[in-house]
Amino acid sequence: MPDGNFRLPRFSSRCLPVWQRNAQVWIKLSGPSLVGNFGEPLFYLLALGYGLGSFIGEVDGLPYIVFLATGIVCSSAMNTATFECLYSAYTRMKVQETWAAMMAAPLNLDDIVLGEVLWAGTKSLISATAILLVASLLGLVHGWQAVGVLPVAFLLGCCFGAMALVVTAISPSYDFFLYYFTLVITPMFLLSGVFFPLDSVPEMVQVGVQLLPLYHIVEVVRPLMTGRPLEGVFGHLLVPLLYGLAAIWLALGLLRRRLLI
Amino acid sequence: MPDFVVNARNLRKIYAGEVVVDDIQLNIRRGECFGLLGPNGAGKTTTLRMLLGLTPPDGGELNVLGFEIPRQARQMHARMGLVPQGDNLDPDFSVAQNLRTYARYFGIPRSELDQRLPQLLAFASLEHKADAGISTLSGGMKRRLTMARALVNDPELVVLDEPTTGLDPQARQLIWQRLRELLAQGKSLILTTHYMDEAQRLCDRLAIMDNGHILVEESPAELICQHIEPQVIEVFGPGVEQWGVDCGRNLAQRLEQVGETLFCYAEDEQPVLASLHQFPQLQFIHRRANLEDVFLKLTGKELRDA
Ligand SMILES: Nc1ncnc2c1ncn2[C@@H]1O[C@H](COP(=O)(O)OP(=O)(O)OP(=O)(O)O)[C@@H](O)[C@H]1O
Ligand SMILES: [Mg+2]
Repeated sequence: MPDGNFRLPRFSSRCLPVWQRNAQVWIKLSGPSLVGNFGEPLFYLLALGYGLGSFIGEVDGLPYIVFLATGIVCSSAMNTATFECLYSAYTRMKVQETWAAMMAAPLNLDDIVLGEVLWAGTKSLISATAILLVASLLGLVHGWQAVGVLPVAFLLGCCFGAMALVVTAISPSYDFFLYYFTLVITPMFLLSGVFFPLDSVPEMVQVGVQLLPLYHIVEVVRPLMTGRPLEGVFGHLLVPLLYGLAAIWLALGLLRRRLLI
Repeated sequence: MPDFVVNARNLRKIYAGEVVVDDIQLNIRRGECFGLLGPNGAGKTTTLRMLLGLTPPDGGELNVLGFEIPRQARQMHARMGLVPQGDNLDPDFSVAQNLRTYARYFGIPRSELDQRLPQLLAFASLEHKADAGISTLSGGMKRRLTMARALVNDPELVVLDEPTTGLDPQARQLIWQRLRELLAQGKSLILTTHYMDEAQRLCDRLAIMDNGHILVEESPAELICQHIEPQVIEVFGPGVEQWGVDCGRNLAQRLEQVGETLFCYAEDEQPVLASLHQFPQLQFIHRRANLEDVFLKLTGKELRDA
């Protein structure tokens, strides 16, 4: 595409007021949001972890509830960032015209996209913190190295936030997001080693899953929470990083094409 | 040589193969109130968006406040305020939070904004609503808050897209008063409007646009004096067509039938009025020509988006 809209992003600290605006709205409305952050994973862990776990026993050398907790940290963080950069970002773009108001100030789309991505990372961080607290209260976390999950969750949130912005950039309406959930997020959620180890699915599927970011995050988070030795961290983190950077570039290009007309 | 806030040469915009702004020239002076008038779809908002660097032009050269647009739009925005056609206040924030958040987009420190906050609230006549939610405000209040928001950075130039559309007469009067205050402070204003009385009252100069062209660009008084006869008699009632053919067309310089009303444009109203007194079944209103007459003459009388 020899198109000026797809020139490289230019980032600066101007993205911070965008982040801060979202953070302040979240603080105002944080009650229901926090109930969701704590409540949903708690019920998953109780129902699936203890309930289903009592039939399953051990998975991959771990009690099922521990295996599940380490996966749910990742999938919840993914969902939080995805929702934020689909529904909420679309509302800010199209319905409330928050972005239009920003663009009349000395902010441009580069600042807005980076601010939104960092905010998605922050929401994932909040979500991961909540689940980590719940999991440690249930005695499912092994030692302080689990705190290392938090920066990983932030990276995960930025990656999935940026990917969601690509979808938002081309969405004619909220309904369009269902395609992305059904075709991308849900399969990743079910197959990336959150609920069962990856080696239980056919090899073709395994290869596909390894090309996607969530699996690699789970591979880093699981040892961090269970105290197992970390392996291949650099490679595992590189995948979401590359997805995130590519998605930022693509989302920004598509948004410029959509909004600067 | 006057100092200009906007210099546009051959500015052009094409949407889907259709030229919606067609090589227009604009020179807007510092300290003046410049009005952009035109029927729906004339290209007013598109022109403003190009001036602000929000829409890339398809041709021409553009300089606003000494900055090349769109290349230097960011620097220009730091010295400009915008009141968009539709309010886009942040519904999750209170009145004061809206102003604070917007000030942060300009990098204005919180302490500085807090100092100016009472002044901005007073400008919007919202002193008692500082902590109110946006959904509790009336249309006029929202519009005034949007205006106050456009002033957080103490701009040199304020651009307003239909600032009083949809407001009641009292709310419009207050906004006019505020716009005058801004002019008295030496700020430059660019506004679009569909209200001819508003344009006539506020604007030092104005341009009438139609189909992407600027038809005329002058002061309201000059426009009226150059483009139209000074007296207007609107005649209606049974037999008005016949009266026009028999008498009106010999007495007035120009006649125009719009719906059931016959507009007589005349240099001297006396012969027309004398004739009308002999036709008691006809009703009439005699008035001086105004901007609306010029507007209708230049842009035609048929409905635009029919
Ligand atoms: N994003 C766009 N894509 C395609 N066409 C557009 C777009 N924006 C405006 N137009 C078209 O350009 C023309 C000028 O529109 P513009 O909004 O500038 O008119 P306007 O003078 O502001 O009208 P109004 O008085 O109704 O606000 C219209 O025909 C409109 O349909
Ligand atoms: Mg318009």
